[in-house]
Amino acid sequence: MATVNDPREDPRLARLLEAIQSGLPLTPRPYAELGERVGLSEGEVVDTVSRWVREGLIKRLGVVVRHRPLGYRANAMVVWDVPDDRVGDIGRRMSAHEFVTLCYRRPRRGEDWPYNLFCMIHGRDRHSVNAQIELLAEACGLTDTPRAVLFSSRCFKQRGARYLAEVPSGDTRSGRMRPA
Amino acid sequence: MTETERVVINGLQGGFPICERPFLEAAEKLGLGEEELIGVIEGLLDQGLLSRFGPLYHAERLGGALSLAAMKVPEAEFDAIAERVNAFPEVAHNYARDHALNMWFVLATETVERHRAVLREIEAATGLNVYDMPKITEYFVGLHFVV
Repeated sequence: MATVNDPREDPRLARLLEAIQSGLPLTPRPYAELGERVGLSEGEVVDTVSRWVREGLIKRLGVVVRHRPLGYRANAMVVWDVPDDRVGDIGRRMSAHEFVTLCYRRPRRGEDWPYNLFCMIHGRDRHSVNAQIELLAEACGLTDTPRAVLFSSRCFKQRGARYLAEVPSGDTRSGRMRPA
Repeated sequence: MTETERVVINGLQGGFPICERPFLEAAEKLGLGEEELIGVIEGLLDQGLLSRFGPLYHAERLGGALSLAAMKVPEAEFDAIAERVNAFPEVAHNYARDHALNMWFVLATETVERHRAVLREIEAATGLNVYDMPKITEYFVGLHFVV
């Protein structure tokens, strides 16, 4: 098959991306089944998905957990106002901590929002998360750095983001997905 | 949660094989049978412990835009505003957080143009200013929830 990296340039690849985004078929040969749905051979699906993983278009493939029902009930967004010339070093040091589940540099937004480094900590309760934040501040040399801790009090909407619009195909069956 | 379910959740948050018999290969590494692994994943989905079994995309590489946005919502109007914001299909999740900026949501759009348009539409629908905070850099973490 033609090696086309961009799914938007090949309708079969766009259909494949659409077909797997809600989940892989739970059958012994899921890539063969996906291929049947979108008009590719099993080998082509294996090659394409492998390339997407290698190139980072798919960040990871496996179980996508819902953290709340798993007992991770405290979820804090911790934001820091760190010097712009040190944000990379600090961000990398921060993200190396196992309990940090996301870490981003984002723009400041005036006086209302002076913070430029965001990290997410998921823990079983607020007490343990607060202890982890202290540990993080110590480890990253940020004990005197302005920060805010924003626990989530309610979650209104949670779903897997869908990035592609429906692509016409002969078979619109998708993999299994639970509505969030 | 059973011990087997624990093994699957801890062992399969990434790295699912891409080959003819991926469940067989993954099951062998976890000390399970192929059908057994498929059954455990079905059970975890049925219990709502997984949102899905499959890929986590890198949205920006797909040409889409993913951004975090926040608003200052008057407490009395919170639920009504949340309903209006959540009505946008581009809003992927929405959390109430304890801060003056008290509503935080993720916007996933197919294009950067659509991202800008949705921000304006949300502002029009709510009458509130949206603070858009797209990521500048992501620092890699091995997202891993141990159960």
